[in-house]
Amino acid sequence: MKTLSTLQVGDRVTVSSIEGDDDISVRLLEMGLVPGVELTVVGYAPLGDPIEIELIGYRLSLRKSEASRVVIAD
Amino acid sequence: MSIQQQTEPIAIALIGNPNTGKSTLFNALSGVRQRTGNYPGVTVEKKHGTFGVSDKAIELIDLPGSYSLAPRSPDEMVAVDVLLGRLPAERKPQAVLVILDAGNLERNLYILSQVLELRLPTVVALNMIDAAAEKGVTVDVPKLSERLGVPVIPTRANHGEGVQELREALANIEQLAPPEATSPFPPAFRDEVAGLQGQLVSRNVSTPRYLVERLLLDTSGYLESELKLGGDDFHQFIADARTRLKESGAPVPAVEAMSRYGWVRETLQGIVERKQVPPPLSDRLDRIMTHPVFGTIIFAVLMMAVFTAVFSDYIAGVPMGWIEGLFEFLGGVVGDNFAEGPFRSLLVDGVIAGVGGVLVFLPQICILFFFIAILEDCGYMARAAYLMDRLFSNVGLSGKSFIPLLSSFACAIPGVMATRVIENRRDRLITMLIAPLMSCSARIPVYVIMIAAFVPQYSFAGGLLNSHTLTFAGMYLVGVVTAVLVALVLKKTILRGATPPFVMELPSYKWPSIQTVLMRVVEKGWAFIYRAGTLIFASSVLVWAAAYYPHNEAIVAPEIERLAAVETELEQATDETKVAALEEEQAELQNHIDGALLRDSYLGRAGHWIEPAVRPLGWDWRIGCATIASFPAREVIIGTLGVIFDMGGDDEDTAPLQEKLQTATWDGTDKPLFNLPVALSVMVFFALCAQCAATLAAIKRETNSWRWPIFTFFYMTALAYIGAFIIYRIASFFTTT
Repeated sequence: MKTLSTLQVGDRVTVSSIEGDDDISVRLLEMGLVPGVELTVVGYAPLGDPIEIELIGYRLSLRKSEASRVVIAD
Repeated sequence: MSIQQQTEPIAIALIGNPNTGKSTLFNALSGVRQRTGNYPGVTVEKKHGTFGVSDKAIELIDLPGSYSLAPRSPDEMVAVDVLLGRLPAERKPQAVLVILDAGNLERNLYILSQVLELRLPTVVALNMIDAAAEKGVTVDVPKLSERLGVPVIPTRANHGEGVQELREALANIEQLAPPEATSPFPPAFRDEVAGLQGQLVSRNVSTPRYLVERLLLDTSGYLESELKLGGDDFHQFIADARTRLKESGAPVPAVEAMSRYGWVRETLQGIVERKQVPPPLSDRLDRIMTHPVFGTIIFAVLMMAVFTAVFSDYIAGVPMGWIEGLFEFLGGVVGDNFAEGPFRSLLVDGVIAGVGGVLVFLPQICILFFFIAILEDCGYMARAAYLMDRLFSNVGLSGKSFIPLLSSFACAIPGVMATRVIENRRDRLITMLIAPLMSCSARIPVYVIMIAAFVPQYSFAGGLLNSHTLTFAGMYLVGVVTAVLVALVLKKTILRGATPPFVMELPSYKWPSIQTVLMRVVEKGWAFIYRAGTLIFASSVLVWAAAYYPHNEAIVAPEIERLAAVETELEQATDETKVAALEEEQAELQNHIDGALLRDSYLGRAGHWIEPAVRPLGWDWRIGCATIASFPAREVIIGTLGVIFDMGGDDEDTAPLQEKLQTATWDGTDKPLFNLPVALSVMVFFALCAQCAATLAAIKRETNSWRWPIFTFFYMTALAYIGAFIIYRIASFFTTT
């Protein structure tokens, strides 16, 4: 299972699901990380965390711990 | 004016995602006719603006910027409660104005989809059409309006474009039919909602359909307890419904985002055109601004620039001089026009000196907020939080605490207010509780005088570093390091909890709106003046009274007699040298009388009383006394020391006070009172103590409870005492051996 936290800068992938049903996963879903959405990894912060991504025309930053909830389609 | 003709204005709620230009639009629509406050019980700001259009008065209720109407905490519940008219203190809005970012419609329509289900007449402001065009995004506005079934007005709020059209649309909002109820949810979900509603009806509970849906979707259990729908069987009913939904392929809570984003895609089909354009300036800027190397350098340079502006004599120093001058002038005027006595003393030494001593920091606060507002409005602050998050997560906080803590270096009051940007309650509390540890500008006078008088001056590293600047920086470091430790301890003890998620939008860069920036500065500046005017005022009066009474002039009778004689002599004297000598004697006598009376006052007695407690810090009763007097505001210690050491409290020039402190000895001995360890102990105490009534009041206001300000006072006083004790012992060890 591949997750968002393992990607390289510039990777373009499709979300397949979000793990869990707590507040964090709801938040990720609300921000547009729904199954089928395409995203691009824009970069990592200087200390390697958080990660910056682009999806549906905007930029979002999230910690690796949150990014590991985002399962990526192969 | 036509506005007065209406009996009651039309109430319209303004809602939308953060970073869509919502406050700019709110300001553009309502101008200066605004009121702000707090909703009772929560930290959400309440903002109302009124304006008139075509003989109609409209009241705009600004709801907090939000990505979703899914309440999981009391703060998030406010928007839903306002929209559903469930708040007794707030009128139910007759209509809703939703602001959307034209360049980011796909995500922005999510909350619109939730708003439409409330079935209130709705108008959409499609903002930032220019920025969208730059990104290559064009929107077919008439078609969008047709599909949504509500009027859509294109705007450029920062340029005032479309604002008039929007006003007119809002004037006619009452004639609009509410949007048609088109639930994006799958039939299985709608069936469960109907079933749940039936359950509620059978229990004689009437709940709006929207909340019934939320009840089913909110797995956190917040809404269930909030709506007080008791009974295990009811909880079981919801749990069963969720299980059925999961089996039928509509799992809660994911079903909502999936359904709504599905609806969004359908709605936007063929309406939004995305042309391939070269990456907009904003994206190219972001490459540099969040670059591991350049981003860090830019960040450091920006922060240094802000600090330089706030602390430079040339920028902040000038208006600070004016304010000081104004209060000196006021003190002079009152001093000359009132007869000597308690009332004059109250006005001059209590009110004018007390309030003036705090208001002098207003320019620094305004300058800092000017920069913060610019950085926030142009989209940089989100990057700052992004860059700092890793560091803050070490202490269990997030990058979002960065802005409030930065503000606190000017003054903790706006810092405490700025914690509103943090959604997580626990994080917000911790940030608020450690904010007063950041060395604010009120500590500067204490540091300056102690360092100048007692820290030996020598430079090293080729003159690049010197002991004075290093000690000064060291005091800032003491605060920061302590704040980190306190945050860690709080996170591990009374405010334990999982590290909150960091999921934050990084908005596109844009030019800041001058109006928004200026309004923010005025707002923060005014909040500061208000606190200085009320709380500092009250505590200044109390401390003044403690320092004035019992005012037993009998103990200084000979001096008063001599002073009167000197004054009559002065009136007759013509010889210049004699006048000068008499004037000097007059001032000396006056200072001696003031000092003697203060030493005999309740404050002076309290100082004696607490002397055993401050002895371990290397202090005598006089320092203890000045510390008690500086409870309203730290910088008061300088004035009080001035009076205690017979210097007069309003002495502008600190050099004589320095000298006086250097030569002061322990009562009845010739052992110097102050030395380096004592000076360090005083500085560390003031770096860590909670000697600022206005900050404690701000914490009270933001948390809506007395518990946290009281807690802050005790933990900071304890830290200050321990810190002062440790530094005194260490420094004494090194200076005596």
